[in-house]
Amino acid sequence: MSQPIVPQKTYVMVFLGLIGLTILTTGVAFIDLGPFNTVAALAIAFSKMLLVVLFFMGVRHSSGLVRIILVAGFFWLALLIAFTMSDYRTRSWTPAPDSWSSSAPPTHP
Amino acid sequence: MTDAEAHAQHAGLAHQFEDLDQQQDADALGIWLFLVTEIMFFGGLFASYAIYRWLYFPAFQGGSHILDIRLGAANTIILLGSSLTMVLSVRSAQVGNRRALILFLVATMILGGIFLGVKAYEYNQKFVEHVVPSLDWAPEGQTLARLAPGGLEHAQMYFVFYFAMTGLHAIHMIIGMGLLLWLVFRARKNDFTPHYFAPVEVVGLYWHFVDIVWIFLFPLLYLIGGRY
Amino acid sequence: MSTATLEPRVHAPRNYLNADYGWKSWLFTLDHKRIALLYMVSVSFFFIIGGSFAVLMRIHLVEPQGALVQPETYNKLFTLHGIVMIFFFLIPSIPAVLGNFLVPLMVGARDLAFPKLNLLSWYIYIVGGMFTLYSAIAGGVDTGWTFYTPYSSTYSNTQVTAVAIGVFITGFSSILTGLNFIVTIHKMRAPGLTWFRMPLFLWAMYATSIIMVLGTPVLAITLFLLALEHLFHVGIFSPALGGDPLLFQHLFWFYSHPAVYIMILPAMGVVSEIIACFARKRIFGYKIIAFSSVAIAVLGFLVWGHHMFVTGQSVYAGLIFSMLSFLVAIPSAIKVFNWTSTLYKGSISYEAPMLYALGFIGLFTMGGLTGLFLASLATDVHLNGTYFIVAHFHYIMVGGAVMGYLGGIHFWWPKISGRKYPDMWARIGAVIIFIGFNLTFFPQFILGYLGMPRRYAFYPAEFQVLNVMSSAGATVLGVGYMIPLIYLIWSMRYGPISEPNPWGATGLEWKTASPPPTENFAQIPVVTEEAYAYAPEEAAGD
Repeated sequence: MSQPIVPQKTYVMVFLGLIGLTILTTGVAFIDLGPFNTVAALAIAFSKMLLVVLFFMGVRHSSGLVRIILVAGFFWLALLIAFTMSDYRTRSWTPAPDSWSSSAPPTHP
Repeated sequence: MTDAEAHAQHAGLAHQFEDLDQQQDADALGIWLFLVTEIMFFGGLFASYAIYRWLYFPAFQGGSHILDIRLGAANTIILLGSSLTMVLSVRSAQVGNRRALILFLVATMILGGIFLGVKAYEYNQKFVEHVVPSLDWAPEGQTLARLAPGGLEHAQMYFVFYFAMTGLHAIHMIIGMGLLLWLVFRARKNDFTPHYFAPVEVVGLYWHFVDIVWIFLFPLLYLIGGRY
Repeated sequence: MSTATLEPRVHAPRNYLNADYGWKSWLFTLDHKRIALLYMVSVSFFFIIGGSFAVLMRIHLVEPQGALVQPETYNKLFTLHGIVMIFFFLIPSIPAVLGNFLVPLMVGARDLAFPKLNLLSWYIYIVGGMFTLYSAIAGGVDTGWTFYTPYSSTYSNTQVTAVAIGVFITGFSSILTGLNFIVTIHKMRAPGLTWFRMPLFLWAMYATSIIMVLGTPVLAITLFLLALEHLFHVGIFSPALGGDPLLFQHLFWFYSHPAVYIMILPAMGVVSEIIACFARKRIFGYKIIAFSSVAIAVLGFLVWGHHMFVTGQSVYAGLIFSMLSFLVAIPSAIKVFNWTSTLYKGSISYEAPMLYALGFIGLFTMGGLTGLFLASLATDVHLNGTYFIVAHFHYIMVGGAVMGYLGGIHFWWPKISGRKYPDMWARIGAVIIFIGFNLTFFPQFILGYLGMPRRYAFYPAEFQVLNVMSSAGATVLGVGYMIPLIYLIWSMRYGPISEPNPWGATGLEWKTASPPPTENFAQIPVVTEEAYAYAPEEAAGD
């Protein structure tokens, strides 16, 4: 809090950048990049988030503590997803007994 | 300055704090911690989504292609616009421009309202297309042809996530609009000064967070696997 | 003086207890000390409810074919026992009662950072509790406290939704408490109270709050999805509709394993205070204990898969989770070694809080070491789902967390009530609880090792001797818990008046009156010394 007053122009420029990225991500969806469609979509979303966090939420001027808290939040979310995924990704490494095949857990195609 | 003097000087200073700086620091830390709990709250949903999307990618892709990408993109821009007016209202409070503060708060509410209106229209479309899990699930014709390759069961799961994620997001929007209304009333009573506008800032941070959730929901729900 | 034989009838100074009277002054209070007492009454209420479920279970298990209830009722008993004890007693016990009372006093502040939020969190807790009590009356739940799908979704015919809502709501109480503590510890420390001068109880509360803030929301969203699946019959966790029940377990344990540390870390903080005070020594390895609390909080988030070794999780994920689970043993062991090093050559006095603290060290060590059996993949296959697990986590939660809670209540009772409790009764109570506890739960280690599964209403006749021992122990334990309940209530009115610092303890909470005034301190204190400055030999100036 008690942050410096940012010129209106900066906010408008950031907003225009966000609009540009939204149009970009929509456009990219119509080009076949294979698995990189997902990568591109997430990378663009991440950049948009950074713009909002740094400029609109003012983290540019925030204390280190606020930054650590924010990073910790995303880090813990990443832990949740990564460790859970580690189970699903490796489940099919151990083949199920033949007798289970009719009710085998779903595996990735 | 003694305790009593400090408290007499600022009506906004609560008794447990020594001075306004300490109070503002505590408020800021509090709202950021709250936003972290929100990250984890939505995060559980995002994690489940990630697992099932990976397991049942064709079904999720089929479900995604039922959605209207133009409406999704338009809504993204509307919500980003509301974030701009929100940040401008915080700035107006900072410089002590009460008229502009109220104006931008109302503009934020209007944009939020338009977003919810578009969302409501989209929800209605899902009933028209009979792709509402459990309540109205009977896709046919073109819709069925799109969903069938991935398996109807798993396509239904995609729509469960669609409604759970956008629904929770919409609830957060509605709460945010209530908070904005409260801010408008307080601003009209002239509660905010360039020295004390923490509530505007706190609600602003919340509003931007809700915006960020949508920034991720848009590609995750509308843009699965591309539209080529 | 002529009045020497009479109790001097001086007008009691203003304190938080006599500042105001009437039910409104309690239900609308913003004073952290009064809110702590509101919590104390409510968690005690839930402890008695949860305890009576346990008593009924132990009576039932006196006979192999079951002595008391139908199997369906038995299922509801152990489920409600778990839900009430974990979500409504253990998780709020030390943080919401002792933490609420002590955090502002220990940091030298007038209140928590957000007093209204603090009161709100108590009301949220009560509303959540009401939902749970309603479900207990309206038919109960039989899923086990873990709500595993599909017991709780496809095959449920009990009040799962009401309980899920109750636990969901109570979660927010925990989140708000944690948030309040983190902000208070960061922003409201008295001048001179640097991070490494803080009492270890504050470090423990800080680590606990991290878990509450980061973990609890995931439980909330999991229960939300569970309710969604249950109400609308859509596939999220149900295999019949394409879902995966293991995903529920992942999300559930992501919170619920760290939740174990929400229960034990505060107790460790209490024990650090008590040990240092009654050994009259600086605590050994202050910084290491402080960091080990944070390390337990962080590592605790990376081990949840050890609950799923035999439920169908990939063995490769199991390997990683097993290895990480062993890592948690390191900071836990550091604490135990440091406490015992503190005792070494200390001037130990065996006051009642110290008896609880020493009991804690022994019981926690046993609970922790048996945890290693369960963290190894191979032995877990044999022991999972048996009474060995039941005994293991009761050693941690009852032997650890409840002993810590009772020790803390005794240690700070003169501060909370301004009165002393009867010392002899307190020591007798502590010893009875220790004996009763071991008699109840030690036989369960053997039962589990021999293969008696948990959560069954019947058992083979050869297990009867050990089961009867366990039930007898439960009776002793129950009597043991009644003793402090009676004399603490008695002492509130009839106990001798306590001086501000009856133990000669360090820490800001002892520098103010007992009971403290509403504003805690006449003047915000300035801290000039390290924590636990109990006249160490090298600085003995006398």
